[in-house]
Amino acid sequence: MDKTLLTTLTVNGRTVTRRIPARQHLSDFLRDELGLTGAHTGCEHGVCGACTVRVDGMTVRGCLMLAVQANGRKVDTIEGLSDSGELADLQGAFHRRNALQCGFCTPGMLISAQELLSSRPDATRDEIRAHMSGNYCRCTGYHAIVDAIEEVLASRREGRK
Amino acid sequence: MKAPSFFYVKPGSLAEVFDLLDRHGDGARVLAGGQSLIASLNLRLSEPELLIDITGIPGLGGITVSGQTLRIGALTTHRQIETSTEIALHLPLLAQAVRNVAHIPIRNVGTFGGSVAHADPAAEYPACTLALDAAFVLARRGAERRVKAREFFRGLYDTALQPGELVIAGEFPLAAAGYRSVFLELARRHGDYAIVGLAAHARVAAGRISDARLAFLGAGSTPVLAMRAAAALEGRSPDAQTIAAAQEAMAQELEMPADLYSSRATKLHLARVLLGRALVALAA
Repeated sequence: MDKTLLTTLTVNGRTVTRRIPARQHLSDFLRDELGLTGAHTGCEHGVCGACTVRVDGMTVRGCLMLAVQANGRKVDTIEGLSDSGELADLQGAFHRRNALQCGFCTPGMLISAQELLSSRPDATRDEIRAHMSGNYCRCTGYHAIVDAIEEVLASRREGRK
Repeated sequence: MKAPSFFYVKPGSLAEVFDLLDRHGDGARVLAGGQSLIASLNLRLSEPELLIDITGIPGLGGITVSGQTLRIGALTTHRQIETSTEIALHLPLLAQAVRNVAHIPIRNVGTFGGSVAHADPAAEYPACTLALDAAFVLARRGAERRVKAREFFRGLYDTALQPGELVIAGEFPLAAAGYRSVFLELARRHGDYAIVGLAAHARVAAGRISDARLAFLGAGSTPVLAMRAAAALEGRSPDAQTIAAAQEAMAQELEMPADLYSSRATKLHLARVLLGRALVALAA
């Protein structure tokens, strides 16, 4: 038994192996060990959503998962999802509609919004609000964020026709 | 804040878990989804010497129906419950309640067993298990026992679990024909812990309610069955007079202590509102 564990995970398609302290949560590992500072550490008890990343395709709170728990799993951060172009239309809509100001919440917002866009393409405005209620923004008042997501929902529906 | 330092181990079998629990006693904490435990570590509300991660143990997940019982394995996630056709069909109360458990990133990871073992009185599942008269399967080395929900929740974060024992499943009687369920809660923000909530399950025939089980959350140190309120309803249709009588009985029997944000009077008022809404919805 040890307080540090040899851990292998795939981050944005790249396999990394590190000896990780058990106490370190995934967000700190991504930020401090891998230099992936897109996932932000806000409240560090699962409330604010700024640390949202994907593990094995599902959104999780990076602050509520130990990095050692990601052993053998696939982690995607805003850096990888941004580089792949998966979020390009969403990022464009956020930009155009001023859906960010300081930008602290934005990586988490984008990853949460993408989950809604892929799972509920017909979501209503109320459903967008309910889905995004796990992500805090202290600048925008949310209206522009909901507008941006609604716009992308409509444009992706259009794109599929 | 950051979690304190601890040892971490991820055993592959229950036998190893029991060994570790024997050896480390109170110094060990069982880690399932960790959506409450890791938050409490980050806040330094808990400082275990060892975390035993049980998520690698086969056979502790999944939803199965056999005979008149639906079994939810301890490691079943909230999201699996939310998207399960068996739960939607047989336990509509739980299907409604799970949508109030935090938010999707937390529901993707948090587990049924973790939530009930944590026994937060403002959480959704404990009240649902009480309303549905569920039992928990508790395992220790070489033995299993079943404890009914009404005997399992003992106090604030306190359960019937003995040292060396683990929740491995919940067992629910399938909702019988003619029964209906309504889950309602009021929270400051969608996904927050409820200020007060109600898990209601009852037989409804020709608009009349009987055999009601009304379990309140956020109403004391454990989830609470409002037995007198249920008695005040028995065999009646929820007209204004019956609702008022049930609300009055509920207000008499619930302890309803104030919490950090809401006074006892506020919470009792909200509980009355929820009870009224739930009875109308049940009979609708």
